[in-house]
Amino acid sequence: MERPAIEARGLSKTFGSGLDAVHALDDVSLTIRQNEFFTLLGPSGCGKTTLLRLIGGFEQPSGGDIFLEGQQLTGLPPFKRPINTVFQSYALFPHLTVGQNVAFGLEMLGRPKKEREARVEQMLALVKLQGYANRRPTQLSGGQQQRVALARALASQPKVLLLDEPLSALDLKLRKEMQIELKRLQTETGITFVFVTHDQEEALTMSDRLAVMESGQILQIGAPTEIYEHPQRRFVADFIGETNFLEGRIEVAGDTAVAHLACGGKLSLNGQAGAPSSNGEAVTLAVRPERAVIAPAGAEGLSARIGAVVYMGTDTTYHLTLTDGTAFIVRSQNNEGARLDLASGAEVKVQIAPAAVQRLAD
Amino acid sequence: MRVDVSNPLWRFRGIRAATWLFFAYLYLPIVVLIVLSFNENRLATIWSGFSTQWYGVVLGNDDIMRAATNSLVVATTATLAATFAATLAALGMAKTRFIGADGISGLIVLPLVVPEVVTAVATLLFFILIGFRLGLTTVIVAHTVFCIPFAYLPIRARLEGMDKALGEAAADLYASDWQAFRRVTLPLLWPGILSGAMLAFIISLDDFVITYFVAGAGATTLPVYIFGMIRIGITPEVNAISSLMLIVSILFVTLSFLVGRMRR
Repeated sequence: MERPAIEARGLSKTFGSGLDAVHALDDVSLTIRQNEFFTLLGPSGCGKTTLLRLIGGFEQPSGGDIFLEGQQLTGLPPFKRPINTVFQSYALFPHLTVGQNVAFGLEMLGRPKKEREARVEQMLALVKLQGYANRRPTQLSGGQQQRVALARALASQPKVLLLDEPLSALDLKLRKEMQIELKRLQTETGITFVFVTHDQEEALTMSDRLAVMESGQILQIGAPTEIYEHPQRRFVADFIGETNFLEGRIEVAGDTAVAHLACGGKLSLNGQAGAPSSNGEAVTLAVRPERAVIAPAGAEGLSARIGAVVYMGTDTTYHLTLTDGTAFIVRSQNNEGARLDLASGAEVKVQIAPAAVQRLAD
Repeated sequence: MRVDVSNPLWRFRGIRAATWLFFAYLYLPIVVLIVLSFNENRLATIWSGFSTQWYGVVLGNDDIMRAATNSLVVATTATLAATFAATLAALGMAKTRFIGADGISGLIVLPLVVPEVVTAVATLLFFILIGFRLGLTTVIVAHTVFCIPFAYLPIRARLEGMDKALGEAAADLYASDWQAFRRVTLPLLWPGILSGAMLAFIISLDDFVITYFVAGAGATTLPVYIFGMIRIGITPEVNAISSLMLIVSILFVTLSFLVGRMRR
């Protein structure tokens, strides 16, 4: 089996001591595969940047180990790790030209001048900044500086590239462009990217796999579809996309499991959401707004009253209230003929297929 | 500094006159000194015609030239030593936060607020106590000490304005600590260092009190020499030396200011 690009085992990081101690990372283990676009996603203060800085060597762990392709990294300073970083502030050297910035790593590695020059050309072409070698970083726009930072970090062909919220300073349009650009660079260079962001959309669109973090711990690791469609924890379901939460108790009858909801309705659960469970067990279920369907009052389903109807062009969002007062959102695409002519205050039924129900662990 | 004239608070009667009065208060004595340095008359305060002869007399006076040389030797040596120490101090203070850092920061700049005559007496007593013979060396040592805070402040300010990620970026790109310092930190810090050095130079060049206390025989600097001349009476010669020193001071302060603004 191929060795993982990065492996972290039981990583902990505590800042300060005594009563002021902050546990930025608490016993985190993860494996990042070769040539993978891996994202660390979470709100600010969740420990994602600390984890990145531990991999880069800018901080040393309080406990645990990090391996790069099976080799122990712990204790090595940043300049002895074949890992490069794109910093949030870009951190371009203002007293050097763009070309000198890109060549910096190769120069420190003692590569000959000819190779450095060729490499600078090649890297600037890769990020579409040909002819900018003699400019100063301060003469460039934010987007261009971002590209220089990328070229500089990729120039010495690191085994892993770390990116610390590199797109957060860019405006929306540029950010979208750079998302595609980053994905292209990762595919073309075949380098493992570890990307830190608090933007769930960014994480979903770019990553091969992502880790959702909160309070110094990893809650779930998986491909974007897995994370979105099968969140295991309430925090994950809530942080990524919109989710409806339903509370209830499980009743097992033979092979099938049914959840008796707090709102009075019943939901039959398929294998994943049902088993293993015992009678009377309390459950929290998550349902994505686009996976639920609104039906007329006479049909099967959970009874609900329509609060607000928000037309959003491609789709319409219905804000409903279930009989016990729980808020529930349904989003349906505005296909031809599919639009329901429903007004605020109307009584309806909400239909949820067993496959759309995700059972949460907390 | 620019005053926002659209602010009604600044539009009261007499502000112009008050401003002129203030500047006159500050600079009129200096203007008078410069004007009188071109006075032909032997009596400094009686104007009898324009002449540059006193500048010639100053430059031809061996004692004055010896004092000026002493001043330059002291200022240059003290500046180099103080700037070196201040740079190391600023780097050390910026590198890591540690318990008592604020206290040490205060200690470094404390000489700025200690009454100079106290420092002078203390330094003199210290030299006598350890049996250090007073001379040019004692002046240089004393100057180095009080120049450090002046050199330290601009360097520290420059360091604080620097993105911390720059040092990390250098380390990330395979630069050892020394390489990162030489290739990234030092070039970016250079304007601060130059600015601090020039400030230290001026402070050393102008110092009288401490020098007067710790200077031994043959270690007379220009300010001490001028003080000696003045005891006999104000001559146009004194005005001429003072004007020359003023020009050097203004030159250095301006340079220090300009360099400090470079690549901000």
